[in-house]
Amino acid sequence: MKSAKTDATITMPRSHPKKNSGLLRQMGKRLDLYLMLLLPVTWYLVFHYAPLYGLQIAFKNFNPAKGILGSSWEGFGHFQRFFDSYYFWRLLWNTLSINLFSLLIAFPIPILLALIINEIRNKTFSKWLQNITYIPHFISVVVIVGILNVFLSPHTGPVNLLIEAFGGTPIRFLEEAGWFKTIFISSNIWQNMGWQSIIYIAALSGVNPHLYEAAKMDGASRLRRIWHISLPGIAPVVIILLILDIGHFMNIGFEKILLMQNNLNLESSDVISTFVYTTGILKGEYSYTAAIGLFNSIINLLLLLLVNRIARKTSETSLW
Amino acid sequence: MSKQPTLQASSNERIFDVIIYIIASIIIIAVLYPLIFIVSASFSDPTKVLNGEVWLLPKGLTLDAYTNILHNEKIWLGYRNTIFYTVVGTVINIIMTVLAAYPLSRPDLPGRNVIMVFITLTMFFSGGLIPTYLLVKNLGMVDTMWALIIPGAIATYNLIVMRTYFQSSIPWELQEAAHMDGCSNWRLLLSIILPLSKPILAVMVLFYAVGHWNSFFNALIYIRNENLHPLQLVLREILLISQSDAVDGSLGLEDKILLAESIKYAVIIVSSLPVLLMYPFVQRHFVKGVMIGSIKG
Repeated sequence: MKSAKTDATITMPRSHPKKNSGLLRQMGKRLDLYLMLLLPVTWYLVFHYAPLYGLQIAFKNFNPAKGILGSSWEGFGHFQRFFDSYYFWRLLWNTLSINLFSLLIAFPIPILLALIINEIRNKTFSKWLQNITYIPHFISVVVIVGILNVFLSPHTGPVNLLIEAFGGTPIRFLEEAGWFKTIFISSNIWQNMGWQSIIYIAALSGVNPHLYEAAKMDGASRLRRIWHISLPGIAPVVIILLILDIGHFMNIGFEKILLMQNNLNLESSDVISTFVYTTGILKGEYSYTAAIGLFNSIINLLLLLLVNRIARKTSETSLW
Repeated sequence: MSKQPTLQASSNERIFDVIIYIIASIIIIAVLYPLIFIVSASFSDPTKVLNGEVWLLPKGLTLDAYTNILHNEKIWLGYRNTIFYTVVGTVINIIMTVLAAYPLSRPDLPGRNVIMVFITLTMFFSGGLIPTYLLVKNLGMVDTMWALIIPGAIATYNLIVMRTYFQSSIPWELQEAAHMDGCSNWRLLLSIILPLSKPILAVMVLFYAVGHWNSFFNALIYIRNENLHPLQLVLREILLISQSDAVDGSLGLEDKILLAESIKYAVIIVSSLPVLLMYPFVQRHFVKGVMIGSIKG
């Protein structure tokens, strides 16, 4: 499913003058429009709001035979059990650290790429650079992890052959917990930097060219022009994307982590969302893992609210 | 803050250009090299690949890996299923997204802000994996093709992009004029709005179709029946789980391992090619689509 990216568009443009008395008549006139909405709205109710109702099993001992309503209440027992479990800190640390490192390392790179593309004066070359960096975005996660396996394989992968050629000893990259995060994040950068840079390139193309001209007249160097004109020009987009990324903070890369995970790297690859999958879906502990999932979502939502508030206070750019 | 160096401005510019081009070239090589390697390896003699003789161009040219794939029933089945999921899924996606996006783009629709909030809220919280899984299970969709199509019928982000397009790229006066002429909303949508929206429709088809083509997780949780497995699950098996099982049993062990090795590269290509082939045609449009969705507003 497509994850949310920027959306500064939630606010409505044109507002319409309407008289309260004529509202029903107005609605009646647009009956066919409501009819169009019927199916999508029903779909949203069923597939997005009904699961919220189902979330109550986090506080129950869900028994599929008895159904959601029939199952007995448990209160906060599942949460308590999770906080007390020995893997709690490992899951929390892995989830937080993978995402934090991704944010620190992978987030700025598309911005840098967009700046580079913007600075290249040969338009054909910059188009090539753009189009080539988009390609990996269209490759599936399964294939990406397959390519990683091929490249990092201990005896036959190019990376280890290169290490051996220089007299080093092969490294079992994918089976060592210490390498997991590095590989995960750098392959994410490889796959997504081009695609994510599109938005920044678009924003850069909207910066007034006169500003660059004026700065050039004043003798500003290229770096200075980037720093004082390009970066401020795209700052609102950067902030919006940052907020949205943090809005998905606890869930980034879940499918890929699941595919890269094996018993040997579990120590650093076990995150909350993969744990919910393996324990919930595979082992059928629905109530327990629904509670863990809820815990995950709540942290996520709190982070989003917090960052949005900070952004609104400090930069006047925010989601709402 | 960057400090202005004391060098001449023009030579400064030149150095800057050189550095930019060097970085750009490194990026291009870093992105392309793995892709070229996979292509070359798929056409190479597997022993040479395993010995590390293939670095850039194929060595010991052979099509064995591809002919081997041709005889692999699992891959064919996966292909067929994925095509079905992609085509039917995308058609439903587009219909649903248009049905939602068009009315919500209309400034004269009372209550559309409320509905819009109702929809956008779902981008920020959800019931999560387990309640969603239980819901799909209760609806009787587990182990049916619908599990991969209906629960993902609308991507909210795409809906918002499309709505923004309708609002910003189709003149409202045109719609009002059509209404004056007694045109119904359905006819307006079908014979005026949609024909004017080809670029955004192309983008949406691409986004949704690529999504269906590449998705594996929903199939992993909802589909047990191997006859319904999409290509990505078959790939996962070949690439990540049991490599040697994918190859016929009539061979010796060493040959088996070799073939399993070589089939990996070919399988990566065969599965990614359709998406990559589609991409140059819609490329110009989707950049525009991303921009519409992100910058306007």
